[in-house]
Amino acid sequence: MKPSARRRLFRGVLYAVFVIVLAAVILVADWEAIQTNFFNPQVAAAAFPDVIITAAKNTIIYTAIAFVGGLILGLILALMKLSPVAPYRWVATAYVEIFRGLPALLVIFGFAFAVPIAFDWRPPGGSAGAGLIALIIVSAAYIAETLRAGIEAVPAGQREAARSLGMNPSWTMVSVVLPQAFRIVTPPLTNELVILIKDTSLLFIAGMALGERELTTFARDSVSQMANATPLVIAALMYLIITLPLTQLVAKLERHNKRGR
Amino acid sequence: MAADNLLQKDRPAIEVRNLCKNFGDNEVLKGIDFHVDQGEVVCVIGPSGSGKSTLLRCVNRLEEPTSGTVLVEGVDITDPETDLDKIRTRIGMVFQQFNLFPHLSVLRNLTLAQQRAKKRSKAEAEEIARKNLEKVGLGNRENAYPAQLSGGQQQRVAIARALSMNPDMMLFDEPTSALDPELVGDVLGVMRQLADEGMTMMVVTHEMGFAREVGDRVVFMDGGVVVEQGDPKEVLGNPQHARTQAFLSKVL
Repeated sequence: MKPSARRRLFRGVLYAVFVIVLAAVILVADWEAIQTNFFNPQVAAAAFPDVIITAAKNTIIYTAIAFVGGLILGLILALMKLSPVAPYRWVATAYVEIFRGLPALLVIFGFAFAVPIAFDWRPPGGSAGAGLIALIIVSAAYIAETLRAGIEAVPAGQREAARSLGMNPSWTMVSVVLPQAFRIVTPPLTNELVILIKDTSLLFIAGMALGERELTTFARDSVSQMANATPLVIAALMYLIITLPLTQLVAKLERHNKRGR
Repeated sequence: MAADNLLQKDRPAIEVRNLCKNFGDNEVLKGIDFHVDQGEVVCVIGPSGSGKSTLLRCVNRLEEPTSGTVLVEGVDITDPETDLDKIRTRIGMVFQQFNLFPHLSVLRNLTLAQQRAKKRSKAEAEEIARKNLEKVGLGNRENAYPAQLSGGQQQRVAIARALSMNPDMMLFDEPTSALDPELVGDVLGVMRQLADEGMTMMVVTHEMGFAREVGDRVVFMDGGVVVEQGDPKEVLGNPQHARTQAFLSKVL
């Protein structure tokens, strides 16, 4: 057999396997059951408009709060980790290692239930508020490491140029190093943001009032109410509707920043 | 006041006494005595690893001297009580790798430190920046970003950036070593113009032609010590030390 014929045959086999698997899935699946349980129009209709005006809205709000809070706390931790003062470095290192090592679910659980009991503390915003604080704390640990890497990736010559012009260390950091560091870490930060959007689903463990529910909590409640899984599919679609434009937006932002590189 | 200023003028712009610098076990500078007078152009030459860039970087304390004294216009910059940021605004520095701020436009590169370190207003800083861009022949590129410029243009912007602080002296750390050969001339032209205007300059360079024609004095360093110095035509044309002769025979 000629090599070209062999390549064509091999490709033909790959297509055949694909078609056979697809056909098997289509034939084996119980389409009626799938339709009634996962794509039920009546159940879907009942989810609207709450799934958007409450659940999706809350998911976005919680993500925004956790991300902005995580960025601020993460930046402080990153600067502590690069500090000439050793105890600051120790504290930041311990923080990052602990909160990267723990499951986010456990930290949320701890802040929603254990910490309020241990310190007789009423978290602002109830258990949703406590859960959000936990999310900020966990995301800050990851963001701190990302930002530290970004700051260290800015060439030493940039700092030297700024200092040689008489700019003090703070202005050098704010005007020269950080803007470049943030450009460098835009892709990994986007990653953190997308992970955070999905991690807001862990807030269900804190237990939330009706108006506080985000997509996953809302979907789980609806599933038990309706004895039907369609709300889960709707929630899944909502997550995609939120995350896909976001990654596109950041890709665009990155192209824009290339100008300055 | 007047007497004070006079006193300052009489001092060398840069005076280095018994300067030592170690990187770990590696002695890079072994007791250097060196000075640059007001208005003087001193070119420092020597093989790579001779310590000439380290010496230059000790002058504005980008490198921390291990021991010895560095006086800039009579002020001891190794003294912990010295306001280093303030002194640095009087010492312009130009780097081998340009080190322009890539995220800022050319104009912003020139105004940033004026506003942050000299507290000039935006309008004043921009006026000074434009004047200096004009001077280095890039008056029409103020809105460009560094990545859009050639190496030679970037280095001229870097010179204009340093000049915008109105420094009393300029340090050049191999300013043309990272440039394509055809771009070297523009940068040297700007430096020559500065020298003609009476700027005090310390230039670490491999450009022997520049050292000969523009330099008031040439300092040859090797192995962390000053081996020989004097009038450029003397040192480059009739070197006295074997090490100077060996170096020059390779580069000329």
